Amino acid sequence: MGWRSPNHRSRFFVMPPDSPPDAAPAPDLSTSASPSLIALFVAFAKMSLSGFGGVLVWARRGIVDQHRWMTADEFNETFALCHFLPGPNIVNLTFVFGSRFRGLAGAIAAFTGLVGPPVVIVTVLAALYQRYGEIDALRRILAGVSCAAIGLLISTVFRMMLPLIKRRDLIGTVILAAVFVAIGLLRLPLPAVLLVATPLSIAITVVMRWTDAA
Amino acid sequence: MNSDANPLLALAWTFALMSLFAVGGASAAIPEMHRVAVDVQHWLTDRQFADIYAISQLSPGPNVLIVTLIGYSVAGIAGALVATLAMCVPTAALALYVSRLLARSRQARWPALIQAALVPLSIGLMGASGFILAWTSDRTVAAALVTATAAVLASVTRLSPLWMLLAGGCLGFAGLIG
Repeated sequence: MGWRSPNHRSRFFVMPPDSPPDAAPAPDLSTSASPSLIALFVAFAKMSLSGFGGVLVWARRGIVDQHRWMTADEFNETFALCHFLPGPNIVNLTFVFGSRFRGLAGAIAAFTGLVGPPVVIVTVLAALYQRYGEIDALRRILAGVSCAAIGLLISTVFRMMLPLIKRRDLIGTVILAAVFVAIGLLRLPLPAVLLVATPLSIAITVVMRWTDAA
Repeated sequence: MNSDANPLLALAWTFALMSLFAVGGASAAIPEMHRVAVDVQHWLTDRQFADIYAISQLSPGPNVLIVTLIGYSVAGIAGALVATLAMCVPTAALALYVSRLLARSRQARWPALIQAALVPLSIGLMGASGFILAWTSDRTVAAALVTATAAVLASVTRLSPLWMLLAGGCLGFAGLIG
């Protein structure tokens, strides 16, 4: 979730919009062995089960470095798409990735691998919590873990803000702050905030690109 | 949005709707989950919500699992499954559809532009998540210190997040967090 290399986006922008996608013969290398449904399930289950505090790092490692099912660029493009669409990014990525190799069955196999085993684990933990949640020691441990987990989330936000700060992106920072105030401090409902902020932000970005280009 | 009739229907409707607005992933939707689960539907208390967040962080897997836990506490295993699928499937289908559309009509400029416009929104949402969680669960100075330390360590070092969760758990067990 927090994964986002600064040069990943700039690379994405420099790319000419009409670059012929099929010109490069590179995909032959990466997709030479199309994974079977079982291979998809097992690979995503592995990534998911190693992903404490976010699966994305592991997904990239598995798909690009380990199995070579995608080149780094293909992965970046797929993730960029899944990041701006709504919903859990990594679930979207898994679905799109699986379908690219084995159609809908591949999507379902990868998704089941990603979500199935952790859902079982988390449900067992939830059952234990419901049964023993009032035990004092467990409550204290969970309180401590929760404090640290919140700190991790804040650090992810910090890492994601770095590219904006480095670029001195004033408008982006203002939009970011406005959303923070609306949701975090004023506690306005999310759909209302997004319905206003999304078109506004897209309009500003389009206008800025035009003035930059002119 | 009324939870009176069937809790499974309420879960399905709530999370399917929520996922469509979850730009920036499941973490960005945490304020909305808190608002709906605690303030609107009264499925959970503030404390239960913070505990559930901790459990979801303690277990491996995607961040979306917090939804599984909310579903479980509302309607058991069926609730867990319904909530998870409602949160994942509609948007995954959308992603699949859009990715095929783009693969055909290869307009690389628009995805990049829209993504650039959505980046500050999703960071702002995640910042709000962190703030609301810290506000509702860091009740003592020691607790706030643990959060701050974990935030700084995870920002400037390459330490595995697991160690910080473990350290937090140990401090909590020792009764230092209160």
